[in-house]
Amino acid sequence: MPDPDTDATRSALALKLADATLETLRDPRGALLPILHAIQEEMGCIPESVIPAVAERLNLTRAEVYGVVTFYADFRTEPLGRSVVHVCLAESCQALGSAAVADAAKAHLGVDFEGTTADGAFTLRKVYCLGNCALSPSVMIGGDVHGRVSPGAVGELIEAGRAGP
Amino acid sequence: MTARVFVPRDSGALAMGAESVAAAIRDEAGRRGEPVDVVRTGSRGMYWLEPLVEVDAGGSRAAYGPVAASDVASLFDAGFLAGGAHALGHGPVEAIPYFANQERVTFARVGIVDPWSLDDYLDTGGFKGLANALSMGGAEIVDTVTESGLRGRGGAAFPTGIKWKTALDAPSDVKYVVANADEGDSGTFSDRMVMEGDPFMLIEGMIIAGLAIDAREGYIYLRSEYPHAHETLRRAIATAYDHAYLGDDILGSGRAFHLDVRLGAGAYICGEETALLESLEGKRGMIRPRPPLPAVSGLWGRPTILNNVITLASAPLIFEKGAAYYKDYGMGRSRGTLPFQVSGNIRRGGLVEKAFGLTLGDLLYDFGGGSRTGRPIRAVQVGGPLGAYIPESQFDTPLDYEAFSGIRAMLGHGGAVAFDDTVDMAAMARFAMDFCAEESCGKCTPCRIGSTRGVEVIDRIRADADRSGNLRLLGDLTDLMLYGSLCGLGGLIPYPVVSALKHFPEDFGAEDVKELNLPF
Ligand SMILES: Cc1cc2nc3c(=O)[nH]c(=O)nc-3n(C[C@H](O)[C@H](O)[C@H](O)COP(=O)(O)O)c2cc1C
Ligand code: SF4
Ligand code: FES
Repeated sequence: MPDPDTDATRSALALKLADATLETLRDPRGALLPILHAIQEEMGCIPESVIPAVAERLNLTRAEVYGVVTFYADFRTEPLGRSVVHVCLAESCQALGSAAVADAAKAHLGVDFEGTTADGAFTLRKVYCLGNCALSPSVMIGGDVHGRVSPGAVGELIEAGRAGP
Repeated sequence: MTARVFVPRDSGALAMGAESVAAAIRDEAGRRGEPVDVVRTGSRGMYWLEPLVEVDAGGSRAAYGPVAASDVASLFDAGFLAGGAHALGHGPVEAIPYFANQERVTFARVGIVDPWSLDDYLDTGGFKGLANALSMGGAEIVDTVTESGLRGRGGAAFPTGIKWKTALDAPSDVKYVVANADEGDSGTFSDRMVMEGDPFMLIEGMIIAGLAIDAREGYIYLRSEYPHAHETLRRAIATAYDHAYLGDDILGSGRAFHLDVRLGAGAYICGEETALLESLEGKRGMIRPRPPLPAVSGLWGRPTILNNVITLASAPLIFEKGAAYYKDYGMGRSRGTLPFQVSGNIRRGGLVEKAFGLTLGDLLYDFGGGSRTGRPIRAVQVGGPLGAYIPESQFDTPLDYEAFSGIRAMLGHGGAVAFDDTVDMAAMARFAMDFCAEESCGKCTPCRIGSTRGVEVIDRIRADADRSGNLRLLGDLTDLMLYGSLCGLGGLIPYPVVSALKHFPEDFGAEDVKELNLPF
């Protein structure tokens, strides 16, 4: 059941973030991506319930906003874990065994890609290239990139990246 | 006297612990009462040595690396502040062969200066190109770029002067300059290194592009995976505004240029220029049909110069030292230098800026030092995920746009990713199709459906289910994608697939590839 109070509060927050973002832009056109980044940064995801309010503010249809949210890998309508573990699976990291690193991360967290641990601490995702290819394999944990990550070391790195609730 | 110690803030160095090394140096200096000034720089691009710490030692910089925080006390014991000998020492950094054998032209400052410091930039020739460009008319600026022979570094190698001229000649009172900082190709990081290590150079190049066509606004479209580049760009842009390099009146010239950074959101296709423009406009990154070219009708339908970061960052030098200076580097129609990037299974991964013309083998062995695992290098993918896999028999190919087209490959953004002999090339071909399926914008059928079919067909080949029939099907499918796709994602993905099949047929269990009707 959608909770009208929470939805209203969320939409109000999303609008506040949208307005704050619009203030920082010299040209308000093309504001949707910056606004979605701001919402996701603050709220952890882009709840579907805020989409109508954002659409109205930007004179877009809900379908247009929804279409953008679903097109980009960064944007999610469901909350992520407190830390996101991104394992790079692009070619350079593959060449040095990123598949084994991914397996070790899955085993450590007990989830598959796109899964969130039961305690909400971690979401595991794959990523295609972090620009750290000269130091492959690369893993990003809570925004920090690590290079030359071995399957044996990934569990410890993940634990060091655990963020409090 | 306060000793100066240089520790990179480049994200590759940070990924190896540079932040804790910088902190340990400050702490240890404090404990010992030795005055030390820790300067944060970009990276020299010798990533296997990161974190690479440098100290001012009588005119040259002595290098130590890779340094861990736990090494710091012993470095002090060895007197590293005065260049003292230590097991991690490499002597003068510029004498390290990997570095000494390069031609650092575009990357002349990267790893040396403090990227946040405008003074460092000005002390090393920064904004001299802009001063020269300010005294020229638009046509003269464009002619200078044309004369330099500069071609787009983002992948297609299109002559930059022609692109700028098209935007100059397109009538409009509003025009734009856009830097493509999406750098999605695996095995590439040169854009990132410039943005993190020498951001004013990109800014200066964009201002010059603005002057060329009288564009008064610009955007840097930056991939969201590069938060450190984002921070450095934001700081540098703010500084440039404070000192009137940006704004309504550039250095009192009466000319205006405004610049903003906009973040992507994790879509490889948004590196393609028309998808990038859609994304900048706040939409899904769907390919626009061409024509019109972005130079004629780009951002918000206005004439737009859209170039790769390295292309734009090459402009300041061309205007500082002249078109002829730049053009003197290179071979044939590939003029200037290219920052090659060598990665994957390689001992010495990093950035190698050289004039066009060294061979792929030079890059892999002389610079890269062979594979990291010590096994033979079997295949190298050059030019990103849409680039061909190259077998050892072709490692003597010169790194030059035309030479690479000649072997049905492409240089692209200059990345080379090495694989040793444990690689399964059928698995890499499958990955290419799968990547295409995941990143397809969905606008055209050959790419959207073809890539998914491609994965299935390769799966059947690998499972030995009607292998010869499916191999023929793969030939037809790649042919269809090559000629029928609307943009380079679907249109180029046949390159890694077909090259893998052609050069490594044994991995597909293919007996006679000539039978397969491959598109090339
Ligand atoms: C699928 C695809 C992805 C691309 N990604 C990038 C990229 O990340 N960065 C880039 O500069 N060019 C990329 N390009 C090339 C651009 O479309 C465009 O040619 C280039 O940015 C033009 O700038 P240049 O002339 O300076 O190279 C890509 C092309 C395709 C087809
Ligand atoms: S080739 Fe792929 S990415 Fe390009 S337009 Fe067609 S569907 Fe979109
Ligand atoms: S391929 Fe993994 S960081 Fe580039």
